Amino acid sequence: MGKRIGMEVGIAAAEAVGLCNIDVAAVYPITPQSHIAEHLSDIVHDGRIDAEFITVESEHSSISACAGASATGARVYTATSSQGLMYMHEILPIVSAMRLPVVMGNANRAVSGPLNIWNDHTDIMPQRDSGWIVMHAENGQEVIDMTIQSFKIAEHADVMLPTVLNMDGFQLTHMIEPLEFPTQAEVNKFLPDRVPYATLHPDKPMSMGCFNMPEIFTETLKAKDTALINSKKTIVKIWNEWEKQFGRAYKPVETYKTKGADTMILTMGSMGETASVAVDELRKAGKPIGLVKLRLWRPFPLEELRMAIKGCKTLIVMDRAVSFGGAGGPMATEIKSLLFHDKDRPRIVDFIMGLGGRDVTVENFIDMVMRAGKKKDESYEYYGVRE
Amino acid sequence: MNTVQNFELYAPKLIEKREFFSSGHRACQGCGEVLGLRMIMKALGEDVVVSNATGCMEIISTAYPHTAWETPYIHVAFENAAAVGSGVEAGLKALRRKGKIADRDVKSVAIAGDGGTVDIGLQSLSGAMERGHDMVFFCLDNEAYMNTGIQRSSATPFMAATTTSPAGKAIKGQRTGKKNVAEIMVAHNLAYVATACPSYPLDLMEKVKKAKAVKGPAYVHVYTVCPTGWRAASEQTIKLGRLVVETGIFPLYEVENGKYRLTLETPEPRRPVEDYLKLQGRFRHLDPSDIAKVQALVDKEYRKLMHKVKTSVPWS
Repeated sequence: MGKRIGMEVGIAAAEAVGLCNIDVAAVYPITPQSHIAEHLSDIVHDGRIDAEFITVESEHSSISACAGASATGARVYTATSSQGLMYMHEILPIVSAMRLPVVMGNANRAVSGPLNIWNDHTDIMPQRDSGWIVMHAENGQEVIDMTIQSFKIAEHADVMLPTVLNMDGFQLTHMIEPLEFPTQAEVNKFLPDRVPYATLHPDKPMSMGCFNMPEIFTETLKAKDTALINSKKTIVKIWNEWEKQFGRAYKPVETYKTKGADTMILTMGSMGETASVAVDELRKAGKPIGLVKLRLWRPFPLEELRMAIKGCKTLIVMDRAVSFGGAGGPMATEIKSLLFHDKDRPRIVDFIMGLGGRDVTVENFIDMVMRAGKKKDESYEYYGVRE
Repeated sequence: MNTVQNFELYAPKLIEKREFFSSGHRACQGCGEVLGLRMIMKALGEDVVVSNATGCMEIISTAYPHTAWETPYIHVAFENAAAVGSGVEAGLKALRRKGKIADRDVKSVAIAGDGGTVDIGLQSLSGAMERGHDMVFFCLDNEAYMNTGIQRSSATPFMAATTTSPAGKAIKGQRTGKKNVAEIMVAHNLAYVATACPSYPLDLMEKVKKAKAVKGPAYVHVYTVCPTGWRAASEQTIKLGRLVVETGIFPLYEVENGKYRLTLETPEPRRPVEDYLKLQGRFRHLDPSDIAKVQALVDKEYRKLMHKVKTSVPWS
């Protein structure tokens, strides 16, 4: 393990990819992912790694090129954000159905319109049903660690699914943080070469991406769902291996000061850091408040969430996306539905906030906790909106 | 005409015996596209990986769990055959360089219909060609979206009736001429661009081999008759493919390093376009003045091409 150095998180993401012995990267630039694209091209052009860097003409082609390259058995990486991820949308479920272990980094950014380049989760939420493993990093160190873990998870024989690692745009990607990089030898030990299940090669010709008639289509989709649900076991196993080798623990659901808490804040992504400061303040004031953080969004870690919120009376869900004309933010909607039959489920308060880069401060979290206490029903609310 | 004498004696020696696209697929009777595809695959041989766009050729050949492909094959979506093919090329290149697969030449080949090439796939095609991947792109052009039910594409010829450019009372079919993607490919500075038609099998296969031999991107535009979509008799496929060349509507040529060459000289005077049009229901609504307009457009395009044939010189 090397010593800690100060580095921008986007650059660190590219450095982490550089440690993973990738064969192909296909990347199209978009703010705020562009530093990842630029730095990864530096790494390839300086000959630090032996890989093909495809400067595609669009994100649609970057994910398509990744699919083609992954099908040959190559280890592939791409990164995008917002409109780019939306442009890839058509191809995402095809990549997961073909069980191609493409690894993606997504610098979360608001989806147009109106145009906005700043952070929220409106880009990843529409990809929810694409059959990808969806993870969220909270800080720069997690971006490094989880990028390396992603390849091992995606390519594992019991998984073979694409992964997307979300890192909040600007609020995480453009921060300079003290970071620790594993050495190349350590990564090599953790992450062996990819052993593909099937490849495109004349030595053993096979057809990939055949179409399904109604007689088999449902079975194919169920198989994908089962694979995604089952992947959680392997993800946890790989995170445990990481902890054993590097000392940093990763869990599908993280908790902070939840012991004895009757009210809990639930976040996903970089917001957890600010929320934890708010929890400290509230605890100091004698309020039994805790924090729950989702690291894994797909497959959804229901059992782990149940454990984490044991004893919780009010769960305050911080949604950074909206399902327009629906039941509220996508996280709260889903958690409400998953806990519907639980007899002692908490009251779920849904705040939609932090959209398009709107800052959510420690004071805002404290204020939301206070408001949640007064709220009578479970309807969702836009926090801090000017009307 | 320039037909080969004693063809049946020579053909077995000239043409690969093995089939890399097998029979038993679900193409229509008289399909010129699948005939072209079969010839392309024969000429390419076994050391290829095919990236195929969604479309007729994909649908007729890959109903899970069946496949007509004897070579490695991947289908991802409609508009991205070139992008997928570029990824295949990059993957094979990196794996070979790093010693992870056998040290052997395997060509990445992308195949799409006219819609997947000239319309929705044009961006992906342009990107892949511009980046210089070592790959060949084949457009199998049957001049409309046949797989979805004969809707017009920008490869549909002037005045042809399709289900979205119908022969109406006010507007008589397709309002524009055909987009010339072979020219767009020449503008990408490709070392090899060619047009071909399965009615001329040896010419087609020769061009496929030339395209494959290029170290870098190459493009072949293959004119493929669709009796179903063109409202033509299925036994007329070969004849229509010959007429389209003899009338000068679809001249067979190649562009090597910028030098244009007709691979099949069309005897002058060329046959009138009417000979070709009258065999197809999609042109049934044309009156003599319409036919004159089509003839004028074909003459103009042919003159443009002949000017290039006469004046172009190789880049290097």
